[in-house]
Amino acid sequence: MNRRFATVLLLASATTLAACAKKAPEELPPPPPSATDSGPATPQAVTPSGPQVGSQAHFEDAVNGQNVIFFDTDRFNIDSADAAALQTQAQYLARYPQVRITVEGHADERGTREYNLALGERRANAAKNYLVSLGVDASRVTTVSYGKERPVALPSNAQAWAQNRRAVSVVIN
Amino acid sequence: MNKWIFALAFLSAPLAAQDQDLGQPAPEGGQVETTGTEASGEDAEGGLVFTVTDESDWADLSIAIPGFAADRDVATPANSRGTAALGVEIANVINANLQNNGLFQPIGPARLPQPGFAQITDPAWSNWRGRGAEMLVHGYVRARSDGRLVVGCYLYDVALQDELVREGWVVPPSDWRRAAHKCSDIIYARLTGESPFFDSRIAYIAETGPKDRRVKRLAIMDSDGANHRFLTLGSATALTPRYSPDYSQLLYLSYVDGNPRLYVYDIGTGRQTLVTQSGNPTFAPRWSPDGRTILYSMAVAGNTDIYSVPASGGRSTRLTDTPGIDIGGSYSPDGRQIVFESDRSGSQQCYVMNADGTNQRRITFFGGRCANPEWSPRGDQIAFTRIAGDFNIAVMNPRGRNLRVLTSGWQDEGPTWAPNGRIIQFFRTTRNTGKSALWQVDLTGRNERRLPTPVDASDPAWGPILP
Repeated sequence: MNRRFATVLLLASATTLAACAKKAPEELPPPPPSATDSGPATPQAVTPSGPQVGSQAHFEDAVNGQNVIFFDTDRFNIDSADAAALQTQAQYLARYPQVRITVEGHADERGTREYNLALGERRANAAKNYLVSLGVDASRVTTVSYGKERPVALPSNAQAWAQNRRAVSVVIN
Repeated sequence: MNKWIFALAFLSAPLAAQDQDLGQPAPEGGQVETTGTEASGEDAEGGLVFTVTDESDWADLSIAIPGFAADRDVATPANSRGTAALGVEIANVINANLQNNGLFQPIGPARLPQPGFAQITDPAWSNWRGRGAEMLVHGYVRARSDGRLVVGCYLYDVALQDELVREGWVVPPSDWRRAAHKCSDIIYARLTGESPFFDSRIAYIAETGPKDRRVKRLAIMDSDGANHRFLTLGSATALTPRYSPDYSQLLYLSYVDGNPRLYVYDIGTGRQTLVTQSGNPTFAPRWSPDGRTILYSMAVAGNTDIYSVPASGGRSTRLTDTPGIDIGGSYSPDGRQIVFESDRSGSQQCYVMNADGTNQRRITFFGGRCANPEWSPRGDQIAFTRIAGDFNIAVMNPRGRNLRVLTSGWQDEGPTWAPNGRIIQFFRTTRNTGKSALWQVDLTGRNERRLPTPVDASDPAWGPILP
């Protein structure tokens, strides 16, 4: 019985790890230790130890949280706010040519399941195409649609739906 | 718990990547062989051709369903208490079938005297008349020496003191419920003039967990919810299953490799293969009525179109080529036409085309949007999700006329037809909680009821009458 349980736990944790390896962490890693933690040394003496280049946290910091763009109901066009965010992302990708990203396309719950999968794919591609138009090599950007399967805002109201109609750029590790 | 452990332990065997979310394969159904003499050749004849009938005339019909009699009470794997107890269980299943669907006024074995074996073909008429029963169901169970069960089913008109229909089946003990469903079917067919539907199965998606991290597993069950099984483990999101017409395979979408892709799951072997070898995401799988063709939708550079491919493999044919989203599709019963959904006009609407993709034309012009169109197995109706404020299940004729909205939930979507085209199943999502459940409603818009499932449920797909 114990051995069985051990197997189950092992498998369960293996599954969790495998799942985590592919996508962005649900929460940001803990902030780097602040200067006061490292004792009396002067701030200048400390090497900045922020998130590593090529990590999701580094990317999100660098683009100032603009790794997510939002869409109107049933739309997939890139508006001016989206364009500004994607330009910031493109600058990051230009600076760090080793970084590759996936754009995740999402829809709100007020749509039918299959249509929303296609709509999420269309949104992810709209973001990708815009990045490519800014000079990002298409081979560095993949897309995936989650339709309405992965909401970030949970209530059923217009505000939550607006937050869920999004394309999220995620660094591939 | 034991089952769960076994299912997980199964993972430790080396498996191809695409099999990683699969649980224990479901056993294939046994053969049900018809026995007995009476041929009932009048089921579909005189069926209702679209008219919506007022069903009150037979909804009040009282039907007595006492326990089926055993010739002798012997042990059977179908029931730990023997064939006599099994006979009562069979009557209970029939009673629940007729009751749950709002049909008739059945009275089950708990409230009735148990007839003896000899009375099955010679009812005690005066007893039943005294109880106010208009119809009487009798039946028997006999265990054969090879372990299989013979189940006989008789429907009598009490006033006429006459037999209306009888049939018998030989079933493996594990399939005893199928005999009860077949008996329900001949009663239903004889009394309504409609085609049968109880002896069928449903594939759907079982849902657990919070709204933002929903676990979605492929699951199957009988039409009454019995013989429920989970086919995937839940580590990968599974969506939109469809039974093949012969029930040997299931099409569904899985994120098992991280992307939405369609798989054919073989129920006998428990293995699965990709519907099409393509790096592009694929959605919305469908079978042709003869099971020889698979329809799927694929996004290329963000644009989704509908394709068909032989179920045996081979080259795909692209059926639509507009810059809009073309997705889904449901064949007419003769396999010659396909109704599908497209936003080429600017919003989701329903279109019909020939099965080869020619002659595409929009059929919906009423207010609101049209999604998930499903052609009735009778051919006379198309069910769909109507989006006009809320999401509701509606029907129309194949020319897009005679719109009738059947439900009034906040979000009802994904209609699927009973094999006889008289009942539509769908799933209803609750505002804010995101919890979903399977519901069904008949073509009159009445008899709406929730189907009990072990956990939350969505994406139902009702298969045809079992072979």
